[in-house]
Amino acid sequence: MKVSNIMIVGVGGQGSLLASKLLGRLLVNEGFDVKVSEVHGMSQRGGSVVTYVRYGEKVYSPIIDKGEADFIVSFEKLEAARYASYLAKDGKIIVNSQEIDPMPVITGAASYPHNALDELSAQGMDIDCIDALTPALEAGSSKAVNIVLMGRLSKSLDIPEEKWLEAIEQTVAPKFVEMNKKAFKLGRA
Amino acid sequence: MKKLMLGNEAVARGFLEASCSVVSSYPGTPSTEITEYAAKYDEIYCEWAPNEKVACEVAFGASLGGARSACCMKHVGLNVAADPLFTMSYTGVNGGLVICVADDPGMHSSQNEQDSRHYAIASKIPMLEPSDSREAKEFAKIAFELSEQFDTPVLLRMCTRIAHSQCSVELCEPQAAVKKEYVKNPQKYIMAPANAIRRHPVVEERTAKLVSFAETTTLNRVEWAEDKKLGIITSGTCYDYVKEVMGDSVSVMKLGLVNPLPVDIIKDFASKVERVIVIEELDPVIENHCKALGIAVEGKSLLPICGEFSQKIIADALGIKGKEFAAGLDNIPVRPPVMCSGCPHRGLFYVLSKNKLTVLGDIGCYTLGSAAPLTAIDSVLCMGASVSGVHGFNKARGEESQNKTVCVIGDSTFMHSGMTGLANIAYNGTNSTVIIVDNSITGMTGHQQNPTTGYNIKGDPATKIDLEALCKALGINRVRVVDPYDLKATEAAVKEEIAVNEPSVIISRRPCALLKYVKAKPALKIDSEKCRSCKACMRIGCPAISMKDGKAVIDATQCVGCGVCEQLCAFGAIGGDM
Repeated sequence: MKVSNIMIVGVGGQGSLLASKLLGRLLVNEGFDVKVSEVHGMSQRGGSVVTYVRYGEKVYSPIIDKGEADFIVSFEKLEAARYASYLAKDGKIIVNSQEIDPMPVITGAASYPHNALDELSAQGMDIDCIDALTPALEAGSSKAVNIVLMGRLSKSLDIPEEKWLEAIEQTVAPKFVEMNKKAFKLGRA
Repeated sequence: MKKLMLGNEAVARGFLEASCSVVSSYPGTPSTEITEYAAKYDEIYCEWAPNEKVACEVAFGASLGGARSACCMKHVGLNVAADPLFTMSYTGVNGGLVICVADDPGMHSSQNEQDSRHYAIASKIPMLEPSDSREAKEFAKIAFELSEQFDTPVLLRMCTRIAHSQCSVELCEPQAAVKKEYVKNPQKYIMAPANAIRRHPVVEERTAKLVSFAETTTLNRVEWAEDKKLGIITSGTCYDYVKEVMGDSVSVMKLGLVNPLPVDIIKDFASKVERVIVIEELDPVIENHCKALGIAVEGKSLLPICGEFSQKIIADALGIKGKEFAAGLDNIPVRPPVMCSGCPHRGLFYVLSKNKLTVLGDIGCYTLGSAAPLTAIDSVLCMGASVSGVHGFNKARGEESQNKTVCVIGDSTFMHSGMTGLANIAYNGTNSTVIIVDNSITGMTGHQQNPTTGYNIKGDPATKIDLEALCKALGINRVRVVDPYDLKATEAAVKEEIAVNEPSVIISRRPCALLKYVKAKPALKIDSEKCRSCKACMRIGCPAISMKDGKAVIDATQCVGCGVCEQLCAFGAIGGDM
């Protein structure tokens, strides 16, 4: 059985660790061999962060290399562009339409590539760009962008919705379970 | 029961299952979570020590007292703990003693890329290297057994990719704790020359026994392939990359005990394959061992010394075609880590930058004061080096320097190794100005308590070291506290203290904006009518402020209302109720 690869990318502080925790739990519950690789420490301070999730019958490497990602779930537009070369030939990018200026853009040393996704589409990449912030706010918090995007990803994976909801219950602090379930459902809608 | 675990969590679980009962550590990425997870087990006493040398010596004392004990640190922490390390090799242990050291190939969060295996060789201490979380737990347990069997501390080498990757781990029942008797034994534990002279041969005999052990232990294994053209010798995370690329098509010798290295089984392996390649991250340690044995191997002629490996790097080295990938886009702006919005360090660094001071920096979140647009820092070396360094800098440059040079060090880093440098400033006399940025937590590694915060690792109240009294006791008469959110007061304090003819300390004090008890104020707004687009507010490098359509705007989801930008706007365009 082929090993499947999901990359979660975004800006430090956007909640990629929770998203990977949820995915990891879900995939272990499904009986897969799973490896999840995260970034801690300095990069978390508003920097570009990447998490690798790999699953299958037997997984060796904890990381995903260029051309290997079946899915790239990006919490921010520019970050999707940064890691686009990691996408497998028939892979798919699911990206939040939010733009967060990195410091070189803030200081004026660089400009934000607003058309990046169009250019990547022109290269033949399958890109699903959604506004995840609005449903996150509807669910109760801008921080739920991560779970909205997991909801969107869930439409492409062959795992029943109730399994996802069960994994949310197992990974999210009790007082945030309902909010995250709502965010997930809005993302999956 | 199986659980998805970070490598670091798995090490902590291994400590528990091996009935380790004392863990003393200093936080450092990528090792921090080991001790945080261990502290969740009531069976293990855990603490944050002020630095790695203290932690290592606490673990030694606990071992002497008969308990299984451990200490954990990042690679550069082992430099700090090197002093006890080398002599603990001579004393050996009573209760099993494990030193877990986490290397950071690729320098995700470090100032250098040193390879800890050299310490194992130099101190003659055995070292185990797991390749995933499952092995991390198993090897942690085996490390305690080897420690007691061979009467030696044992090093457990982690690396970032194993520390911060998760895989399924089978949990076992913890062993019943056994505390050994303490029996006075001066010849073994007092390392004065007469005794140490007798202990050194014991260490050499132990190493010979460990080499024999390395030949037969299941920690080292060979996975034979039918094809004998290529044999690969590897360890740790590299094993996973090799298997990812080659599957079962090549013969692989996987070494779990990386010091001392075996001799006979490597010779045997090499004799049975046509070509041998050693695949190891960082330095050619295994490769040089093989070459010293006269075995023809390849290694660093094919693979880099610098940086972290991946499956692609190994595929390229072996001449195997990797996956095709799209070009993507060029010129994507980098997104470096930045000080958080509301970070109390920002106001201070703005003042230092504005006054064009020379700033010797240190290790922590405030290292980010070196980044644009603040670019306030001139040097960063290692923990504590700012304080010692500013003294040397001022000695070299004399009076013209003392009025425009400061150093900046965090509360935790000051407790780690800034105090001795400050004593030196007082004792050997420079008019140096030391700024302690006290954000009431160890920030960069993810909020660990330290001796100045008033809480211990469990969050229970603890003795709070008084920084002002401490600096005075170290011989500094001028010690003052300032709030870095108040730019005027901060600037006044800095200007006064660099001007005086004696050493001084400024404590720039405000808790980290990410601490749970710190309540954010409402987000500030910018009145676009009043904004003259002068970009004065952009000079502080706040991630919440950006220019949109020629006017400055504040992202309300990020702003915590610290008010630093408000003080910079000459047109009154920034405020709470615009």
